[in-house]
Amino acid sequence: MTTAPPVLEVRGITKRFPGVLANDNINLTLRKGQVLGLLGENGAGKSTLMNLIYGLYKPDEGEIFVGGQPVEISGSKDAIEHGIGMVHQHFQLVDVLTVTENVMLGNESVSGPFLRRDRARREIQELSREYGLDVDPDALISDLPVGIQQRVEIIKALYRHADILILDEPTAVLTPQETRGLFKIMRTLLDKGVSIIFISHKLKEILEICDEVVVLRRGAVAGHADPKESTEQSLASLMVGRDVILEVEKADAQPGDEILNIVNLTVHDDRGLPAVEGVSFSLQRGEILGIAGVQGNGQTELVEALTGMRPVASGRFFIKGQDMTNASPRKVTECGVGHVPEDRQRDGLVASFSVMHNLVLCTYYQDAFSNSIVVDDRAIAENARELVGQYDVRPPIINNIAGELSGGNQQKVIVAREFSRDTELLIASQPTRGLDVGSIEFIHKQIIRMRDEGDGVLLVSSELDEVLSLADRVAVMFEGEIIDILPIEEADRDTVGLRMAGVREAAQGGAA
Amino acid sequence: MTAASKPKTSRPSIRVTRKRIIALLLILLGLFIFIEAGRLDSELITTLTFESTSLGEEPTVGDIPVPTAPYLIVIGLLFIVSGGLNLAEWRELRHRRISLALLAVCGALFIPTVIIAAAAGNETNLTTIIAESLRLATPLAIGAFAGIWCERAGVVNIAIEGMMLFAACFGFTTLFFLRATPLPLETAQLLAVIIAVLAGGLIALLHGWLSITFRTDQIVSGTVINILAVGVTSFVRREYLLSTEAGAAKLGNIAIPILSDLPVIGEAIFTNQPIFFMMFVMLAFTHIVMFYTRWGLRTRAVGEHPHAADTLGVNVNRTRWTNVFISGMIAGLAGAWFSLEATGSFNDGMTRGAGFIALAAMIFGKWTPIGAFGAALLFGFSDSLGIRLQMVGVGFPVQFLQMVPYAVTLVVLAGFIGRASPPKAVGQPYVKE
Repeated sequence: MTTAPPVLEVRGITKRFPGVLANDNINLTLRKGQVLGLLGENGAGKSTLMNLIYGLYKPDEGEIFVGGQPVEISGSKDAIEHGIGMVHQHFQLVDVLTVTENVMLGNESVSGPFLRRDRARREIQELSREYGLDVDPDALISDLPVGIQQRVEIIKALYRHADILILDEPTAVLTPQETRGLFKIMRTLLDKGVSIIFISHKLKEILEICDEVVVLRRGAVAGHADPKESTEQSLASLMVGRDVILEVEKADAQPGDEILNIVNLTVHDDRGLPAVEGVSFSLQRGEILGIAGVQGNGQTELVEALTGMRPVASGRFFIKGQDMTNASPRKVTECGVGHVPEDRQRDGLVASFSVMHNLVLCTYYQDAFSNSIVVDDRAIAENARELVGQYDVRPPIINNIAGELSGGNQQKVIVAREFSRDTELLIASQPTRGLDVGSIEFIHKQIIRMRDEGDGVLLVSSELDEVLSLADRVAVMFEGEIIDILPIEEADRDTVGLRMAGVREAAQGGAA
Repeated sequence: MTAASKPKTSRPSIRVTRKRIIALLLILLGLFIFIEAGRLDSELITTLTFESTSLGEEPTVGDIPVPTAPYLIVIGLLFIVSGGLNLAEWRELRHRRISLALLAVCGALFIPTVIIAAAAGNETNLTTIIAESLRLATPLAIGAFAGIWCERAGVVNIAIEGMMLFAACFGFTTLFFLRATPLPLETAQLLAVIIAVLAGGLIALLHGWLSITFRTDQIVSGTVINILAVGVTSFVRREYLLSTEAGAAKLGNIAIPILSDLPVIGEAIFTNQPIFFMMFVMLAFTHIVMFYTRWGLRTRAVGEHPHAADTLGVNVNRTRWTNVFISGMIAGLAGAWFSLEATGSFNDGMTRGAGFIALAAMIFGKWTPIGAFGAALLFGFSDSLGIRLQMVGVGFPVQFLQMVPYAVTLVVLAGFIGRASPPKAVGQPYVKE
């Protein structure tokens, strides 16, 4: 396998940003028809390196070779010309245009000044058939789910005759089923002679699909690995630079009295349709109740209703016995609820504020940080300095703009703010989505700590592994309903997986 | 726990939807029309005519006499009924369709109703109203197209007003000086229009320079241009135009071959001034370029998601520069309408906010040329209605009737079309990483 000729080589690439050495003398080789895995924590320099290859940045030093020839790539146009295609982590699709228009943009088939949509559409259909990329050329991007949008991105690259494909964290936004679909597509591409650089920090995926792995750490190559001879553990250690505990260690739960009680709760989604229907359950202090389920089965709406961010249509819920139905977010917060929201950039942070101000978003008005008119920046700074150290926010500079931190560190800021308050109920929604192994480990430890200190924890996650390793009880949500609640001892992958697909106990036992 | 054991069932609530509010407004309006009609003299007849006939001449197209009070009573009832139907929630699709169709009929009947009610007992010439609406809509529609060119590429253009004023001023100044030369009038006028168009383009370059190159806030840049325009043009007028008798011939009428021979509309619409016809040319041009050409596709991509366009090798800032320049030239054409086509003179601030109304038309038209044209027509109609009513003399403050089309626009927009969503990247300078 390794004897296949190299199609893309990077030699001695260095890129500096003000104050940061993003890429330090990096070498790598991609061979024809192979998948090169690029593994690294957030901020390790993976995306920077790919943007250099795709011409979005200019390297300070080093050379890039395509097919053995040194090439100058000073813009994405050059990259496209050399057969390099890239699927960005954040899709570069224009929502209001159709699939065809997005694919042809910049490389339009025209007669005179006029677009020939029919010709482009035919080409897209041919590509769809050839590579198994099923997509409707006339659909609007905004109507498509992310999995299909990703296919459009791949088609965009193939339409430009790319034979080197860079996939930047392609699975971060996908469900497990969609990931499987992507891998199938990738294998077809490989068979047709396309070579792929696959960026991820999900170890399982790297092991499954890659022919060779390069691990980046702090901007430099930390090592090469052969997936056939590696384990998740060895890759994780290489990536983080120390031994990582992938299993979560925790003692048995010591449930106390009831902290949250939900009775027959119904919540509508943005379109006014019921997203949560007649949900009832209760949560004790000192336990973690994990809500498993495929994304979009009402988890988001449930959490938003509990935190006062979305009106309740019917039913009620009680926190510490107090009726908090349709209470304001501040009232919920003051009742002792900590909330790690699902979309950290939209609901968790004010991206343009500094770290220090983000750390007091729900307490700035209290006596500790302000008198009745002005906020006390000195107290806020002091609070921030303490938390930044305690929660390992990197870089530990409290005046940094929150939006400029890496995803993992943004999440640490939110966790620091919510966990450091005097809470009794913790609602964490997708707390580790898109984070690297080191940050996940840290946040999991913090969640366990909160439980052991007597908080009730409601953990919502679409990562089944996360729920199974943290929760004391597992509730499964399907189409707006809690269809089963299992103690962790009975919650094995298969049972929970079946429930997530909507198979109820009765049906499974054949009693119905 | 005790509280939890007896949950209250929440009240079934009537949901307040946009449609319901519209329906309610319609019922109120119907009631108002109904009551007012009852107070009218039942003998009153509104005559709708189509041709301007001189005394004793027989019209080729017949007049339509409409008995005012019975008509209004019928309309009032129709409004009440269709409002009522739309208040209810229909389970069956067929019923929902019928009630929605009725709503549309009411919307379509609204403007004729205003005309008939306003002219109760008199004659009113429909063709003139339509022609006049189109004429008055010209600068608004062209200005709105200018806005579309700019904003579709992601650059806010509130400077249309200023660009128009500059163009009106410099176009007229050109004509004013060319009068002293032996050039024939038509040539001079053509040159004047060209200078006006270029003046608009030149000011747009200033807008581009500030907002694309220096990434000044685009609203600030636009405001600067608007203020600059007022100052500079009134200075030019005082220095050069006041000294002598400052009037010039308006642009002459053009008769479109064949079409101008049609009865009624041939004369009222197809024999008209050049910028009037340019409005239709610009409508077609803008629509075709935006939606059927490579340039249009790139423009829309740049206005929505410039980074995506950039990753595909589209030069974002060059696209924006070009569009801003074209936008300015189109605004210049609209400006020429004021001084060269409508009046043959230049006055301080003669555009009187038309640039902003053009922007409103663009937004109401959801950034599409056809929608913007429709909105501009509605505004033009409201202007012409005001003028006609003043001539006819109704026993009702004219300003209120003049207001009606704007009110209708608001209701229609809020009710049927929904929130207008601008191009996503509008107002954001593009910074390449």
